[in-house]
Amino acid sequence: MAETTSFTETDHGAASREEGARQVRAVPRWRRGLRPYLLIVPALLLTGGILYPFGLGLYYTLFDFSASKPRPDMVGFDNYRTVFTQDAFWNSAWVTVLYAVGAAAFETVLGVAVALLLHRSSIVGRVLEKILILPLMIAPVIAAIIWKLMLQPSVGVINHLLKPFGLGGVQWTDTPTGALLSSIAVDVWVYTPFVAILALAGLRSLPTSPFEAAAVDGAGWWYTFRRLTLPMLWPYVLVAVIFRFMDSLKVFDIIYALTEGGPGDSTVVLQIRAYLEAIRFQRYSFGISYTIVLWAVVYLAAMVLVRHLGRIQNRAAEVPK
Amino acid sequence: MDMHVHDRRRFLALAAAAASAPLLTACGAGFGGDDKKNDGSAAADVTGSFDWKREKGRTVKALLNKHPYTDALIADLKTFTEKTGIKVEYDVFPEDNYFDKLTVDLSSGRASYDVFMLGAYMVWQYGPPGWLEDLGPWMRNSSATGDEWDQADFFPNLLQADQWSLKAGAPLGQGGQYALPWGWETNVVAYNTEVFNKLGLKPAESFDELRELAGVIKRKAPGAGFDGMYGIAVRGSRSWATIHPGFMTMYARNGLHDFTVTGGKLKPAMNTPEAIAFTQDWAGMVKQGGPPSWTSYTWYQCSSDLGAKKAGMLFDADTAAYFQAVQGASPASGKIAFHPGPKGPDGSLATNMWIWSLGMNARSKKKSAAWLFLQWATGKEHLRKGAITYNHIDPVRKSISQDGAYKDKMKHLEGFIDTFETVVDQTKIQFTPQEQFFDATTSWAAALQEIYGGKNAKSVLNGLASDLASKVS
Repeated sequence: MAETTSFTETDHGAASREEGARQVRAVPRWRRGLRPYLLIVPALLLTGGILYPFGLGLYYTLFDFSASKPRPDMVGFDNYRTVFTQDAFWNSAWVTVLYAVGAAAFETVLGVAVALLLHRSSIVGRVLEKILILPLMIAPVIAAIIWKLMLQPSVGVINHLLKPFGLGGVQWTDTPTGALLSSIAVDVWVYTPFVAILALAGLRSLPTSPFEAAAVDGAGWWYTFRRLTLPMLWPYVLVAVIFRFMDSLKVFDIIYALTEGGPGDSTVVLQIRAYLEAIRFQRYSFGISYTIVLWAVVYLAAMVLVRHLGRIQNRAAEVPK
Repeated sequence: MDMHVHDRRRFLALAAAAASAPLLTACGAGFGGDDKKNDGSAAADVTGSFDWKREKGRTVKALLNKHPYTDALIADLKTFTEKTGIKVEYDVFPEDNYFDKLTVDLSSGRASYDVFMLGAYMVWQYGPPGWLEDLGPWMRNSSATGDEWDQADFFPNLLQADQWSLKAGAPLGQGGQYALPWGWETNVVAYNTEVFNKLGLKPAESFDELRELAGVIKRKAPGAGFDGMYGIAVRGSRSWATIHPGFMTMYARNGLHDFTVTGGKLKPAMNTPEAIAFTQDWAGMVKQGGPPSWTSYTWYQCSSDLGAKKAGMLFDADTAAYFQAVQGASPASGKIAFHPGPKGPDGSLATNMWIWSLGMNARSKKKSAAWLFLQWATGKEHLRKGAITYNHIDPVRKSISQDGAYKDKMKHLEGFIDTFETVVDQTKIQFTPQEQFFDATTSWAAALQEIYGGKNAKSVLNGLASDLASKVS
């Protein structure tokens, strides 16, 4: 029985191979050659879908297209020249960078700290994990509105809570610094859990042996954190930093809902400036020029950070496991 | 293997080039708008005797802003459909998003909405690109417009506010009629009679008195049993809407202008020594007697603070106070009185206004039906019902403002009718019509915030004027 089966299988296998070879031969060479190109068609379509609006936007920036000039003249790079010579642009660029650096820095430090705490605890940690994720489930614009009410000087809960400490009269968003810090605080509230979750995932994936060895050698918590945890965790943290920095450079909703860009121009980031120019003031080409400049900044920043990430990953791989 | 790689790279390069060719071709025809103006009005197609049933069976699409006036309109739409056989479909958006929605829709060049609400300032933005139908030919065509519509019954300054020649700096009241006045607001001072009586105060007759009064209320009201009350509620958010109510009214009463027009050229005038002094005083008044967190204040906060007895006075639209003053509307209802506000140094009561108007999309495919709707919505029958039965107050028609039933309805509001009648003839748009209005006034609001924050008024306003000079030239 066993022999019969063995014979049949061998026989069947040979037949299949022969049939397979016949089938391979039956497919014309040109069709086989075409296959790889057909496979990339979806990717090409997707790329086209991304590039088309982008290219169109780029093209529009070469004109003086606005509501009052629906048949515009080509002006070359005049829009960019105007953007770069405006004080308003440099103010917005500065505010955007301050916001992005501030938000990403606070979120990284807090996110990693929270992840370290959650990693140590057990039941409490698991409960806190569920609660911490809540801000991520709220639309940023809603979060900003909630915070706007909480920061309201006379009826807001924040000043009410600060009253016993003699700090009840703070006008949070009425001063340029206050408005920027308040906006960053809302961003931190919404997105710190995102960093914490990524860092926690990283912590849980780290090998245990180096930590056990360090414990046997009597290394302290700070030494272990500095020499082992952080270098090995850094690639995960950097991924979070890249995401948060890119997103913070492109912020609109939180700031617009909280301060509308005020007081004065103190929180008018590039996205808000672009929105005002293109939608409110209907200078379409000029507004798009702002977004293209912002895109270039984000692209360059992303490139630098991703390269740095690659180097960090390689270095992390060298840490003994 | 290398050869394959090169082949694929070449293929990808060719594919990218092939993709970019139609892209750029499409780009060439990609501008959304159309600069063709409507030379021949569709109104000329309407002939014969006037008939409300002329467009029976049609559907008109309307874009509306969430507002008590809109509520009154929607509640009465059945009457319109019965009268004309025309159905009205509508979308209502909150004010925060309303104008963005309308702007994007009109600029797309589509005819998604046949009619819509707009302010007179929007005529300056939507008129020049040719998005608004000139309603003048419709008004003048007796086949399209019934006798009972009675154009002469509108307050003339309101009808003129929606009329413009589309030339920057040209006065209103000339050129096309790009919208019709439907509901409006005049900017006056409303005050809490309780706190005024208790502190022995009287409404201010000059700007100096108003500033003084605002400070006195903020200092003394909390001690007199009005916990947390401040002096005066005025708008402060970084928006054009901050400039046009109380600020522009008092600015105009002081004989000041936003721009001067010489030989058709506009020159910003927010930085004249008088304008700088006034702006500084206004910011000082807010600082001494205004609300905390003023830089986020829109009319919603101003209005609700008056109603909640948080503000002793409100310098804003009379309707913003009215909605708090009506019976049962707020803790302060029954204790809110109206006053024309401080006079200018020469006794001027020049007042800026806001008009909710109704306009027609120049690309509408149902202009005749849309015109019947506009005619009905701005007609005596609907507006009278709106004013008496609903909250469509501050009538755009003289006959309604004099109507006994309307006066009966409003008479319990102390000073409302007197104030309205005192300022109505001097109320008009105090801004210079020009396309960059929203940019200019948003930047102006930002400048006001900076001065409030302690920056030097002269340098801030000089910066504003120089920035605007390049934009409006």
